[in-house]
Amino acid sequence: MKKIVALLLALCMVLGLVACGAAPATENTETTETTETTETVETTEDAKVVKIGVFEPTSGDSASGGKKEVLGMQFANAETPEIEIGGETYKVELVYADNGSSTDKAPSAASSLVSAGVSIVLGSYGSGVSMAGGPMFGDAGIPAVGVTCTNPNVTAGNDYYWRICFLDNFQADVLANFAMDKFDAKVAYCLGESGNEYDQGLIAFFKQVFEAAGGTVITDSFPTGNSDFTSYLNKAKSEGADVIFTPVSIAYAVQIIAQAASLGIEAPFLGSDTLDDNMVLEAIAGTDLQLFVSTFYQEGGAPEFDAGIKEYINTNSEAMTANGGNDTISAVTAMGYDAYYVALEAMKAAGSVEAAAIKAALPGVTYEGVSGAIAFDEIGDAVRDTAYIKTADTANAAWILETVQTGSAS
Amino acid sequence: MQQLLSLEYIVSILLSGISLGGQLALIAIGYTMVYGILRLINFAHGDVFMVAGLVGIYVTAAVPVYIAIPIVILITVALGFFIERAAYKPLRSAPRMSVMISAIGVSYLLQNTATYVTGGQPMTYPTIQLLNKTVDIVGTPIKLVVLITPVLVLILIVLLTMLINKTKIGMAMRAVSKDFETSRLMGIKVNTVISATFVIGSALATVGSILYFSTYPGITPTAGAMPGLKAFVAAVFGGIGSIPGAVIGAFLIGICETIIKGLPSAWDVSVFSDAFTFALLIVILTCKPTGLFGEKATDKV
Repeated sequence: MKKIVALLLALCMVLGLVACGAAPATENTETTETTETTETVETTEDAKVVKIGVFEPTSGDSASGGKKEVLGMQFANAETPEIEIGGETYKVELVYADNGSSTDKAPSAASSLVSAGVSIVLGSYGSGVSMAGGPMFGDAGIPAVGVTCTNPNVTAGNDYYWRICFLDNFQADVLANFAMDKFDAKVAYCLGESGNEYDQGLIAFFKQVFEAAGGTVITDSFPTGNSDFTSYLNKAKSEGADVIFTPVSIAYAVQIIAQAASLGIEAPFLGSDTLDDNMVLEAIAGTDLQLFVSTFYQEGGAPEFDAGIKEYINTNSEAMTANGGNDTISAVTAMGYDAYYVALEAMKAAGSVEAAAIKAALPGVTYEGVSGAIAFDEIGDAVRDTAYIKTADTANAAWILETVQTGSAS
Repeated sequence: MQQLLSLEYIVSILLSGISLGGQLALIAIGYTMVYGILRLINFAHGDVFMVAGLVGIYVTAAVPVYIAIPIVILITVALGFFIERAAYKPLRSAPRMSVMISAIGVSYLLQNTATYVTGGQPMTYPTIQLLNKTVDIVGTPIKLVVLITPVLVLILIVLLTMLINKTKIGMAMRAVSKDFETSRLMGIKVNTVISATFVIGSALATVGSILYFSTYPGITPTAGAMPGLKAFVAAVFGGIGSIPGAVIGAFLIGICETIIKGLPSAWDVSVFSDAFTFALLIVILTCKPTGLFGEKATDKV
């Protein structure tokens, strides 16, 4: 009897291992297969492959955002799978590394990309993980292009990090001004995760602008893994907040919205780019809450891209799941799409697939993307002066463009 | 500051504290009962709680809620039973440390299986109409679940105490917790008693998960870790092995934590709400290691 149980247990464990091993494979089947085939081809026919590292969270709190950003890159890769550099055709291969939305997993994910021999890295969604992984790319001499990591410290002090999105100080400025103009807000309650660079950075910038304009800012933080937001929201209400600013990860945003709905919070919510996500939209649908988010792209901005990505999502069940089960286009998808082409532009400009050459060419790269014109300043940040402010249409579960705010970039 | 002293704010904070405490109590009972009988800290218990939440999501997607709840309880009970049979029973005569390590292994297995099944994405718990209705209490809208929780917890605890004090299996449980070997010699089917403990613990954790996730609807594969740890602290606080102790500990932790979160933002202490719980654990372990109602004060289980 004992032996049978032991045997069964061993079997369970082996099966468990197989299952765990299969987990990442389901996502990357296509790539792993191509890696194998191309590698064999490489040795026999010498066909050229260039690898682009995709440094994104596909598990954890920001998985929903990371997957949508990857989706944009995959769509771009499906659209343009090859690139001609110096008269030779290279097949572009995406190499994935999951940073697990966590700063302690990010460095090992980054080094896995380095050892995979990628020429350039795209990502990540989330500033904290980008900062944690950044030094790995810098040490290996591989340039990285941040897609939607908005914290200034991602590129500041790292010569190898560029980014194509606007910065948090710009975003916070836009949101603070919006709150003052639209709601005549005097008191803002800001809630972020403690120790999260993204949340705290945005709140600090928001506070600066809002207080400079004569408002009062109440800041509060919750511990990582917190799930009870009712106390915070009740506090915001009792302290008389006119707006509630919650620049948090998607998972927290969903919970905050769900709990706010049951508390009947009347103050409008302001969110940063992370809140522009289907899951947040689903949480707020059918409630009386108001939510305004600043983001990079609004559906309808590039009709051709919209049509293309919608078709891609609708004809590919994996893409559909990654997008949260519907075909609403997230801004991060558009950004991921643009990032892929920026990487291709950089390779073309470099005339090489060597990381060092690409790094040298990146400062001069310009690209007209679906989310707007992209060019880099001397720090490596995108020169961007436009943010879209969207509001959630709670009756129809859709985003509506509220206003387009322009300001001085960074 | 002034506004924070308003009655409605204080009521809302206290109510959510009591409700959180009740949910933790349901988990804490599972820890404390298993410890009382097996002298094992079942580290997988928090993850069983998380799995109950996930199963809840998948089952309610398929069948109506009122049919789903019993099914979820059944599945989780089966899981708890199976974990005991597969991971703890073969180690009955092994050193206690081996069982503990096995429990940690089960905990990781459950978390990683959940990551595999959900794809690592946070899931949202379905809305159960009855629990999610809001009612007004002195001008504060409160979810019904917040009011139901403490009542339901009290009913369940009374039932459990009756089960332990009045029934045959309850008597067997008390006997096993007093002396494992002797009760075996007296003809008590120790394995059945232990299985019953796990079944009760898992069933209560499932009820806890329904209440907890109806209040805080996000479930990630690690969603069970924090509530599990806090419930464990509650069990230690009350004196591990003692059911009333665990319940009182859980209510106390729930209420204190919510009050700390609700303190004025200007004081900047809300982020220490978790730290408070664990500081409490250290204080208890150094000052009164047996907890409030430890070993000698009351019967175990």
